Amino acid sequence: MKLLFKFTFVLLGFLAILSCKNNSPTAAENTNPENLSEKSSTKVQGQAFLKDDEATANVLDIAIGSPDHTTLVAAVQAAQLENALVNAGPLMVFAPTNEAFSKLPEGTVENLLKPENKEQLAFILKHHVTPGKYDKEFLKKFKTLGQASNENVIVEVKGEDVYIGGAKIIASIPAGNGIVHVVDAVILPNN
Amino acid sequence: MKKTIHFIIAFALLGVLIGCGNNSQSKGKQGALGSNAAEKVYVAPGEYDEYYAFISGGFSGQMSVYGLPSGRLFKVIPVFSQDAEKAWGYNEETKPMLNTSHGFIPWDDAHHPDISQTNGILDGRWIFINGNNTPRIAKVDLTTFETTEIIELPNSAGNHSSSFVTENTEYVVAGTRFSVPIPQRDIPIKEYKGNFKGSLSFISVNPEDGGMDLKFQIMMPGFDYDLAHPGRGASHGWFFFSTYNSEEASTLLEVNASQNDKDFIAAVNWKKAEEYIKEGKGKKMPAKYAHNVYNDKTHTATSTIKEEVLMLDASELPGLVYLLPTPKSPHGCDVDPTGEYIVGNGKLSANLTVHSFQKMIAAIEAKNFDGEAYGIPILKFDDVLAGVVDQAGLGPLHTEFDGKGNAYTTFFISSEVVKWKLGTWEVVDRQPCYYSVGHLMIPGGNSREPFGDYVLAMNKITKDRYLPTGPEVTQSAQLYDIRGEKMELLLDFPTVGEPHYAAGIRADILMKNSKKIFKLEENEHPFAIKNEGETKVVREGNVVHVYMSMIRSHFSPDNIEGIKVGDKVYFHVTNLEQDYDVPHGISMIGANTSELLIMPGQTETFLWEPKEVGVWPFYCTDFCSALHQEMQGYVRVSSSSSTLPLSWSLGEE
Repeated sequence: MKLLFKFTFVLLGFLAILSCKNNSPTAAENTNPENLSEKSSTKVQGQAFLKDDEATANVLDIAIGSPDHTTLVAAVQAAQLENALVNAGPLMVFAPTNEAFSKLPEGTVENLLKPENKEQLAFILKHHVTPGKYDKEFLKKFKTLGQASNENVIVEVKGEDVYIGGAKIIASIPAGNGIVHVVDAVILPNN
Repeated sequence: MKKTIHFIIAFALLGVLIGCGNNSQSKGKQGALGSNAAEKVYVAPGEYDEYYAFISGGFSGQMSVYGLPSGRLFKVIPVFSQDAEKAWGYNEETKPMLNTSHGFIPWDDAHHPDISQTNGILDGRWIFINGNNTPRIAKVDLTTFETTEIIELPNSAGNHSSSFVTENTEYVVAGTRFSVPIPQRDIPIKEYKGNFKGSLSFISVNPEDGGMDLKFQIMMPGFDYDLAHPGRGASHGWFFFSTYNSEEASTLLEVNASQNDKDFIAAVNWKKAEEYIKEGKGKKMPAKYAHNVYNDKTHTATSTIKEEVLMLDASELPGLVYLLPTPKSPHGCDVDPTGEYIVGNGKLSANLTVHSFQKMIAAIEAKNFDGEAYGIPILKFDDVLAGVVDQAGLGPLHTEFDGKGNAYTTFFISSEVVKWKLGTWEVVDRQPCYYSVGHLMIPGGNSREPFGDYVLAMNKITKDRYLPTGPEVTQSAQLYDIRGEKMELLLDFPTVGEPHYAAGIRADILMKNSKKIFKLEENEHPFAIKNEGETKVVREGNVVHVYMSMIRSHFSPDNIEGIKVGDKVYFHVTNLEQDYDVPHGISMIGANTSELLIMPGQTETFLWEPKEVGVWPFYCTDFCSALHQEMQGYVRVSSSSSTLPLSWSLGEE
């Protein structure tokens, strides 16, 4: 657990650098398509940065508000996927806990959070998102789900439990724009 | 304790994000000033915009005319919905325009406008638009900017993959979204598979007068047909339709219509269809649909119910249709200006699939099929694939082209416009949309020669972009400059209804044809009068016809007596003005209808059924002149048993 704390702090520092990077005038002149979305306008505007105290929390609000998902939130921010998660959707997010991330081989998360691995990180995160909104019971009707990564994941039912790409759903929180299923493992794409 | 620490971290994180966000926001503003975005959209008072944009109103049922780049609104053209401002669907002349086989329908869901073409280039004669809900195609005349024809489509339901024109406006094409039993009959919904059919309608357009005729329909498998585009250049003669629900599910489509990894783009050879018709292979089928035509001379619409349609069955006629496998429920189905590339926007995909027309023809000639669906050959995915734009965004929806080798695709889920290169499939630029963009439009983007200056993104959600107006906030479009390598967001502007899709054209092509007045001597309205000497009031039983005129600043007659409770009084009002931009209006107290707004030289009619005795005023509703407030009159209403004869006058004391 301590390790995770340290990790989070490192991450925080990293994020602070990353998000402030836009202040440097060179960022806007970057013409590499992979970094195009780092332009200042994408970073600071959009529904993700809209404060709303009346509407139901969206999937991003839920993740940000959860103490068990700080790693996931950090990853979403590093990959700059915030605005995709507040869209009208509907979106179904399979949200691995901090513990699920810590089960990955040592160094994996740190490596993914490096700026040069942003695309790979985004791909893995998109593998945790389905266009749709289904509760756990309803998910039992599916054999596979088509993820935003463009890959499919297998849906398995074992007793009362539902596994998505091998990750077990341990809790479910309905959101304004979809549903968050908390899972106990990171779902790794084949690709 | 642990929780507190976590909370603090999360909070700090958020703080960092917001803190930096604010810094960059001010930077963003500097950037906009630096780039002169304001100057690029500023059209000085009295100056004209470069482009007309015709933006459909979605659920408003209408189409609005804007200027680009300013985003200024010029006119809302009533199409499928009653419009009290212009008396559309309220006055006696235009009520027949909204007639259908189901009777009078005051509303529809207007989606995809498309401007007529000659040799693949926008000719600016007409613009067509579809009504989704009660399937109809409307034609708007671009000299009067008024709806002049509406044709209903039988055997169709949710008329969505419409209304797109072929290169010479030979046809306006319309595909059904919902498959239904054809002909309609009483069967269990569970028997969908095999019993429900799709239909694709080909409406011919007379090159002389624009007259529309439902020439033929093609019976298709029971998929959902989503969007469509014509071939052009080498692929002229073909039409491409995206499909979803090739699973043929009738319930919970969000699950059941996403089971197949691939649906299809249906490639329809309409020249082949014409050959089959010549050979007598079409079958006449009973049908019932309304065909409504507005006549600019009589200023009156007529509605005719037609009872037959020519049907070609794709399952029985080889070579008519081929199916191109396309991943993940494709929405947009877009053909590039050369006619070679057919872009499938798989809305549940992160990739774009691009098919090659040449490869498709080669595969058809080699008879290299991967099975069939209801007798229609399925081509092999790899045989027809030109390329894939990989991981371009989330939820691709629609693609248009700038004519310079670039394509622009909207992504609904990731809410952005992505620019990519045809042929290399590389992403060149991406810009966010605020928020949840649907279609986009480049003026001329559906033709061989797009005007590649601007792209207009039409959003589904605005949230915080404008001053709030309660739970319902404005709908909105966003204009980007695409003249450079990178796109630049120039302007947000509000729209009327949902800006579902649009068509744009260079202003100089249209403005020279725009009509200024209707010539009085050409007015053939049966109740028109050409001068004040012809004004009269005629009784036929309890029906009274008032032949009335209006000119600055009085009605003739303006005093009428001898009307009785229980009469049906028709006011046929002719605007005698022959001056540009001098309409007059008229409204009668207690009339159960809208005002009339009558253009110079035009005649319109409203019905008034007086219920109480008394003397009732009417007045001009359009501020027409300095003496507008003097433009008024009275009608005396007597009891139903009164024997007071009819009389009418102007200026008699």
